[in-house]
Amino acid sequence: MRLAMITSRIRVEEKLLIDALRRRAIAFDIIDDEELLLDLSRPDERWCKYDAVLCRSLSQSRGLAALRVLEHWGIRVYNSAAVATTCNDKLLTTLSLVRSGIPTPRTLVAFDPQVTIRGIEMLGYPVILKPITGSWGRLLARINDHDAAEAVLEHKETLGSYQHHIHYVQEHIAKPQRDIRAFVVGERTICAIYRTSAHWVTNTARGAVASNCPVTPELDSLCVRAAQAVGGGILAIDILEDPERGLLVNEINATMEFRNSIAPTGVDIPNAMLDYVLSSIQEAVVW
Amino acid sequence: MAHCSECEAEITVQGLMIGEIIYCPDCNAELEVLGLEPPTVALAPQLEEDWGE
Repeated sequence: MRLAMITSRIRVEEKLLIDALRRRAIAFDIIDDEELLLDLSRPDERWCKYDAVLCRSLSQSRGLAALRVLEHWGIRVYNSAAVATTCNDKLLTTLSLVRSGIPTPRTLVAFDPQVTIRGIEMLGYPVILKPITGSWGRLLARINDHDAAEAVLEHKETLGSYQHHIHYVQEHIAKPQRDIRAFVVGERTICAIYRTSAHWVTNTARGAVASNCPVTPELDSLCVRAAQAVGGGILAIDILEDPERGLLVNEINATMEFRNSIAPTGVDIPNAMLDYVLSSIQEAVVW
Repeated sequence: MAHCSECEAEITVQGLMIGEIIYCPDCNAELEVLGLEPPTVALAPQLEEDWGE
């Protein structure tokens, strides 16, 4: 058994995964995504020695490109390129959730600023404007009125790249001052945290505080269904608590960060990730 | 001793100046020296748009 882990930097998460691999005496290599040179029609033999490759690139685009090539060469990867493609794109994620009947905030997509404002006013202020791609709560905007909508859309049109001209508008959910981050590994929600913040953006990357969130059968079922909707694997599901409709799946992350979630939940997340990878490899061998 | 905000490795800022960019010996993260007494470092502001989860 030999694994590879593609990384950009060795953060706390990668260190925890490395510790878990060492404790299990599993051979592994760390491969910096900066060093990759992939000759598409000539698979590098060195990849064939790995039973699986875990992608932990900080860069979503680099990670996805590597996953696509490795999968094309028949290398087992986590998560799959299809799953990463969907999760890296909020539009694709929302479409997958809607297709599977998973409750999610109502979302509009428009291209022209004036048409976007018409859509925003159809939903009613406030609304949330998000870039289609991006992470860590960056470039999210809560739009409270017409003036703010005009200003932010003009800025996006003028200063943003073409990706920012696809206007993804989400209804505002009057959540308590927290959201839920649940961790799904395979077919089980292994743990969840509340992310509490006085700010409406509740990413821990933006300073939200993590505390344990009990995994109820309802939460488990919703999260597993949501994970399956995007293809399944090792996923972090972000959930909003709507006062009337209950739990709504907001986003899904394919390269999950978990450093703040181990202590409050008491769950060994990196070992659960490895359990899943190893059992998937063994199942494939049996077949 | 300061700690890398990426990997928590110990970082020495001895002989450095505030504002210098250094590399974490463990994870190679680019760090900016923000203070010497007490030693303080933070990730250098060079976030790429596609970084994240």
